[in-house]
Amino acid sequence: MGYVAAKGGTEAILNAERLVEYFRLRGGTPAISVAQIRDQLRLAVDRAMSEGALYAPDLAALALKQSEGDAIEASFLLRAYRSTVPRLAISLPASGESMRAFRRISASFKDIPGGQMLGPTRDYQLRLLNSLLLDESTESVRTTLAEIAQMVATQPETEEVGRFPKVAARMRAEGILANPPDAELAERYQQKPYDLTRNAISFPAPRSARLQMLARGDVGSLLTYAYSSVRGYGDAHPTLGELRYGALPVEVSHPQSGEAYGVGDIMVTECEIVSKIHTTDAADEAANGATSRPKFGLGYGFTFGHNEVKAISMAILDRVLSAAREGTLAGERGPSADEEFVLQHVDGIEASGFTAHYKLPHYVDFESNMTVLERAVQHTAAHTAQDTERKQQVLKRLESADSADPANHQ
Amino acid sequence: MEPAPETAMDTHDTSNLRTDALAELLAPPDPQAKLYNFGYIDEDSKREIRRKLLKAVSIPGHQIPFASRDLPIARGWGTGGLQITLAIIMPEDTLKVIDQGDDDSVNAVNLRRLISTTTGVATTVETQAASIVQTRHRIPEEPMRSDQILVLQVPMSDPLRWVEPAVEKATEMHGEADYGTMWVYMYESVVQSGDLKIATQYPVMVEDRYLMDTTPIPRHDVPRLHQAQMLSLFGAGREKRVYAVPPHTRVVPMEFEDFRFKTEHRPDQACERCGAEWTFLTRTWVLDPGLSATGHWSYQCSDTNYCNQRYARGHRPRSRASEGTPSDAQ
Repeated sequence: MGYVAAKGGTEAILNAERLVEYFRLRGGTPAISVAQIRDQLRLAVDRAMSEGALYAPDLAALALKQSEGDAIEASFLLRAYRSTVPRLAISLPASGESMRAFRRISASFKDIPGGQMLGPTRDYQLRLLNSLLLDESTESVRTTLAEIAQMVATQPETEEVGRFPKVAARMRAEGILANPPDAELAERYQQKPYDLTRNAISFPAPRSARLQMLARGDVGSLLTYAYSSVRGYGDAHPTLGELRYGALPVEVSHPQSGEAYGVGDIMVTECEIVSKIHTTDAADEAANGATSRPKFGLGYGFTFGHNEVKAISMAILDRVLSAAREGTLAGERGPSADEEFVLQHVDGIEASGFTAHYKLPHYVDFESNMTVLERAVQHTAAHTAQDTERKQQVLKRLESADSADPANHQ
Repeated sequence: MEPAPETAMDTHDTSNLRTDALAELLAPPDPQAKLYNFGYIDEDSKREIRRKLLKAVSIPGHQIPFASRDLPIARGWGTGGLQITLAIIMPEDTLKVIDQGDDDSVNAVNLRRLISTTTGVATTVETQAASIVQTRHRIPEEPMRSDQILVLQVPMSDPLRWVEPAVEKATEMHGEADYGTMWVYMYESVVQSGDLKIATQYPVMVEDRYLMDTTPIPRHDVPRLHQAQMLSLFGAGREKRVYAVPPHTRVVPMEFEDFRFKTEHRPDQACERCGAEWTFLTRTWVLDPGLSATGHWSYQCSDTNYCNQRYARGHRPRSRASEGTPSDAQ
């Protein structure tokens, strides 16, 4: 006993793995199928794909099943898998305009070209627990689906359904929204965009690196930064220019002919934030300086799947970071206006990994820390002793001075 | 992929290793494992890491950014060291993995399992038998040779993090060898605490040029990097940096002329098991024989293999040599 207290590591981790399986299954209820998770836990699947940076709904559903629904663990599983997958091609730049939208709204105008389309949203749902779901059955699912199918059948399916012009394009045409700087436009058409998985990020970061980092970021972290910004710590005063969710076609160029080929659609959320902080077109400012025309600035958000809070947060942060760099951010600055601070801390997988690593043994470090602590204790004790001695000497001197003073003997 | 050879552990001191469980861990890789490349990471990424390592060796102590792939081990759990090992390991290598100096620590076991499953290389607990030693928080007590490589897992790659958390600014400070704030930090810690407050992760100057983070190795190990025979490679996966101390490199801890660097060493302490008086010791709570309610802190070598070897050769603490050690009673 005793001497080898911390041993048996191998056996312990094997048993721990078995126990995890037991805890996942110990309720004894029927196993959830990966298809059920994919279809009915759509938003959890979307979050795992977004933060795992891999668009693979079935694998994301598997990861969620394996991780008992832990969002960060599921995205970590996808990330780890992702790094084993060969990179066959890089897609051609895709524009949100080519999206077939299921939902599309703007808060900046009452009506917009193409109109507002609410689509699948809980925004105006009363948040009451729905007890009917307690007894949901295969039959009730079928009935509900049949009812909705009848509603949908009355609407003609055409190519135009779900196609909308961009609100931002309209604003640019009206001269109220700044164009992206030339450097960023050039970046967009580079053969290989900046890729954080192939290059370590350095600061100041190119905007494509910033957007990639935010798009892979943990929704909670993005939300915290964006929220702190709009509460006043470096606010870009956002208005929601446009938010859309839908199917975005992905194209790659043919390796021989160079022709664009569609390889499929991905479901994505896209958000454009218009900031009331005035900015200018880079070209205009270069030519006209202070007399250049003031415009609104744009922040961009994009995520795999359906995650509006993340897309909005990302767009706000993008705008705040751009404004901070331009020096146009008005009022107080906060952490969310510090590019390095935001980008170094938004990755949920890195943040959770490091925070959790404190569970690893640290007894060598701790022993070393204790040595230094003991020295500090001795140091303080020695100082205190010195102080006390000095005080006593002073007191003694005062006392003897007192007794020598005839005034005290009256 | 070749099947995993018989583990070298079976033939060495295994007093604290469960060989039955190890055999299960190191069994020939299952067909699933063939999905992955030798050493898990793809060859292009390995090459990138090796190129960055060459650069790191050329500029001792200087942090080199690298892409840092995602691994099936969490960030912060040794992914930097792991990527270096996986990038340099060859089928003929013999690998030792330790955490806190211990081959059988849960984390060491887990990392060894990943490397072993994806490469099939032989593993060992003996420092002398290893061609690559991957470690967290310790340098093995036995001096390593020039044909051996030490791979250290690094949590925080930048020694300036104490005084300048922004990487952009710290990079500039390194560029200009501007270490004034760090000297002030060290000075203040002496004034406040009577010692340089940094315990592990002690900052060192490498070849009089770059300030380098020594990872949380204890101070005991810091002088052992100086003019060492082996090549030391440092990997920080989450921070995406590698750096190196090539053999015969000057590594000098930050200290003042009138306040010298001190290790943790206490002359009155020796390993309660093998009697070594010069090793780094950690404490373990030991119940007194026969009395389950009382016990004491027992100080023992944190390098378990070193301690085992000495113990096997009959070394015992001086004071207890005659009466036998508690472990004899087990």
